[in-house]
Amino acid sequence: MAQSSQATGGLASIPALLQRNAAQFADKDAYREKEFGIWQTWTWAMTEKEIEALALGLINLGVKEGDFVAIIGRNRPSFYWSMVAAQSVGAVPVPVYNDSAAEEMEYILGHCGAKYAVVEDQEQVDKIIEIQDKLHTFEHMVYIDPRGLRKYDHRQLHEFSHIQAQGRAAHDELIGELKSRREKLDYDSTCVMLYTSGTTGKPKGVVLSNRNVIESAKNSSEFDNLTGDEEILSYLPMAWVGDFIFSVGQAYWCGFCVNCPESAETMMTDLREIGPTYYFAPPRIFETSLTSVMIRMEDSGDLKYALFHHFMDFAKTTGEKYGMPKRSLAKPDMKRRVKNAFRYAMGIGFAMETLVENGIRMAFTKLRHGSKAREHFKAKDPILLNLYRGNLRDYFKYRMGNVLVYGPLKDTLGFGRVRVGYTAGEAIGPEIFEFYRSLGINLKQLYGQTEATVFITAQPDGEVRADTVGVPSPDVEIKIADNGEIFYRSPGTFVEYYNNPESTASTKDAEGWVATGDAGFFEEDSGHLRIIDRAKDVGKMADGSMFAPKYVENKLKFYPDILEAVLFGNGKDRCVAFINIDLTAVGNWAERNNIAYASYQELAGHPKVLDSIQGHVEAVNRSVADDPMLAGCQIHRFLVLHKELDADDGEMTRTRKVRRVIVADKFKDLVDGLYDGSSSVSTNTEVTYEDGRKGSISATLELRDAKVAPMASKIAAE
Amino acid sequence: MSNDSYVTDDGRTIGPTVMEMKNITLRFGGVKAITDISFDIREGEIRAIIGPNGAGKSSMLNVISGFYVPQEGEVWYKGAKRPPMKPYQVAGQGIARTFQNIALFEGMTVLDNVMTGRLRQMKANIFEQAIWKGKAEREEVENREKVERIIDFLEIQAIRKTPVGRLPYGLKKRVELARALAAEPSILLLDEPMAGMNVEEKEDMSRFILDMNDEFGTTIALIEHDMGVVMDLSDRVVVMDYGKKIGDGTPDEVRNNQDVIDAYLGVAHD
Repeated sequence: MAQSSQATGGLASIPALLQRNAAQFADKDAYREKEFGIWQTWTWAMTEKEIEALALGLINLGVKEGDFVAIIGRNRPSFYWSMVAAQSVGAVPVPVYNDSAAEEMEYILGHCGAKYAVVEDQEQVDKIIEIQDKLHTFEHMVYIDPRGLRKYDHRQLHEFSHIQAQGRAAHDELIGELKSRREKLDYDSTCVMLYTSGTTGKPKGVVLSNRNVIESAKNSSEFDNLTGDEEILSYLPMAWVGDFIFSVGQAYWCGFCVNCPESAETMMTDLREIGPTYYFAPPRIFETSLTSVMIRMEDSGDLKYALFHHFMDFAKTTGEKYGMPKRSLAKPDMKRRVKNAFRYAMGIGFAMETLVENGIRMAFTKLRHGSKAREHFKAKDPILLNLYRGNLRDYFKYRMGNVLVYGPLKDTLGFGRVRVGYTAGEAIGPEIFEFYRSLGINLKQLYGQTEATVFITAQPDGEVRADTVGVPSPDVEIKIADNGEIFYRSPGTFVEYYNNPESTASTKDAEGWVATGDAGFFEEDSGHLRIIDRAKDVGKMADGSMFAPKYVENKLKFYPDILEAVLFGNGKDRCVAFINIDLTAVGNWAERNNIAYASYQELAGHPKVLDSIQGHVEAVNRSVADDPMLAGCQIHRFLVLHKELDADDGEMTRTRKVRRVIVADKFKDLVDGLYDGSSSVSTNTEVTYEDGRKGSISATLELRDAKVAPMASKIAAE
Repeated sequence: MSNDSYVTDDGRTIGPTVMEMKNITLRFGGVKAITDISFDIREGEIRAIIGPNGAGKSSMLNVISGFYVPQEGEVWYKGAKRPPMKPYQVAGQGIARTFQNIALFEGMTVLDNVMTGRLRQMKANIFEQAIWKGKAEREEVENREKVERIIDFLEIQAIRKTPVGRLPYGLKKRVELARALAAEPSILLLDEPMAGMNVEEKEDMSRFILDMNDEFGTTIALIEHDMGVVMDLSDRVVVMDYGKKIGDGTPDEVRNNQDVIDAYLGVAHD
């Protein structure tokens, strides 16, 4: 923790990095956004001007040092500029999830006492106006899209471009102020405040300093050899720490280009058009695109279908070896070129030698044996090509597959140029992971959290596996407590929870060790970290054996037709589960099998769907039984829920993690039903629509028993 | 006919009369579709025409758009009497419309469909178009820019390159609206813009109609069956029944009009 900004060459804040980039990479693209069907581009020099105009405009509006500025909208350059402009004037940007309901925003804006907000459009303006009476400190709001806002009261409401214009107009008188404020920023001043998604209770405001952000960005960029030539697509929520690190931290550190999609719906098209080289997504995104690929292949012609499956099966064994991208896209230097030329020469020489050798051998064979003997000889040890029995042929086959299948598929998915890809946030299914890696996409896993400025562990190139999360990131120390909980200490360790010293104290101790709340262990031979579950979710069954719900749920979720699963059983003698079907996958399956359905609810209750889910549950039980430590977590009874678990109903967080306690409480009747052995339960559930209205759905659910596999350990003991 | 302007409760300015129908009567052989109807449309307002099935609403819209020529009566547009015209001539005067049954080019993409809305603004001839130089190219760029603004406005970016035939009904309606809007009309005629939509789609469409009126100042005349929508959206309402006008006024006035109540709830006809 003793580093100072000297390690980064005196660049102690994001605005300082912006100054450097504007000088160093002036004409390089910094931001792109698709607007009106065309990618609009801003270079670093233009970006600096835009941000300066905005910063001056904010001073003009009355923004003081230390004020909080809420940023509410989808990923757009204007919002990234707003964050940096806020930092430049000494204020603290607070990005907020743009799909939050008004009450959620009220809590966050109230908690940090935000005085200003930069919001996207009428929808967000309406939400803030709705809660404005309860926010005592709130002063001004800036909006980007003026549509529908003409008639609003503009005393506290300003258009983004007007603020910039005012800033430009007041350039001469305010520039001195801006410069002095910018120079006051140091390594310990606050860079950003991000609210945790609140899996447990109310969201907490995590304060990250410039040190946290810049050191983390620097270390992680070096870890993956990121350069200024990377392209990323920013589509993940801006309020999430990952987006801040990738689209601000690393982008400003390396000077690479941030691309913003046209709208949430066009994300996939935009991804394809940009072809990012560095890509980040939670497992769910990979899952969804894999499901859609598989569904579309089912509808394709016979030839394509056969080609696809033939080459995908082949890629499973060889993709890792031949498909991975070269380490660096940068042009090779002289030394490297010489090395390559030498290698090629050696290769050609070797091939020539082999050919000559074979020729001579063949000639001798011809001389020494008659034609019959030659046949025999050939059969025993065929000549030439088969000297390369495995490798070369596989290599060429993979290259061919690349032309026919992998390349076009990667291009369609938008992964054609991905050099480093990360998935994090949840465990990813081994099959999904393998699918993308075998295509030659360097998809890796990392483990991180907001409090660590993302990086705790990450997988280095060449040491990638589906079941671990990698080795500690540079400068990160990790220790495992007796109860299995993971603790870390790093330059990225957060400063504090804003206005919440108790929580800060209970998470971060005096020496700087932070409790992750996750339980895990280091694998002895590889040194990789493996995560089992949330430490507080790991419980005990009635007979004292370990209860690790996430472990079982993840196994269930790896089936494409299961979207979400919730396991119950802490302190009980056996486990039961709720299951959510995936409408896309199951719907497609239903169509294929001539099963008619009118609604999600009807499909979820269909006996054939239940049969197939039961099959999955029993398969999971068998696999869980293999692990003696967790064999008690097998699912004895289950049901398929009549509605999707949803963040609007409070059942999940905005980052789509299940709120276990709330689900257990809300569906108490169903849990009780699963334990008391009844075969069906009628229930009535309240649902919240996107606009905040409430309704209810009632359903009668069928509860099923699943076969439980005998425990491996018991068999061994007997 | 009125020449004064006024400001509505929600801050919009309603201008003077832009179109006036005077004693229109339309007959098909012996059937009287419209009998002696007069009403006006003012600049910047949202004017609804409502009535039970077969009341003659669509015929009225067709008279405005020039598709039908009434046997009696006059259409006054921008202060001048309009001679009988072909629909394309009417369109040239700045009156665009959407259809009750969607009339898009199913095999073309959304973008191309919307571009057809700008055909009247393109002056390049077929040879210039074919060699794609000079005027043709310049015009395409200019018009594409306008069209992209409309695509952005109606939030149909994601389906820009999708053939219209593959789209669901609600989106097709929106594409049709986009095409009409692309012509930059001074009066936009909407024939049942919300027929067959679910609640959410209706809400979206209402939002777009209001925003269109607000953003571009487009005068809108619409036919709609959903009373909730009509009462919320429109500034003034004309009510028709059996080809006759039975009410005309603000939504509140119309709601309390006994004839209208009778027409909708039904009374015994002598």
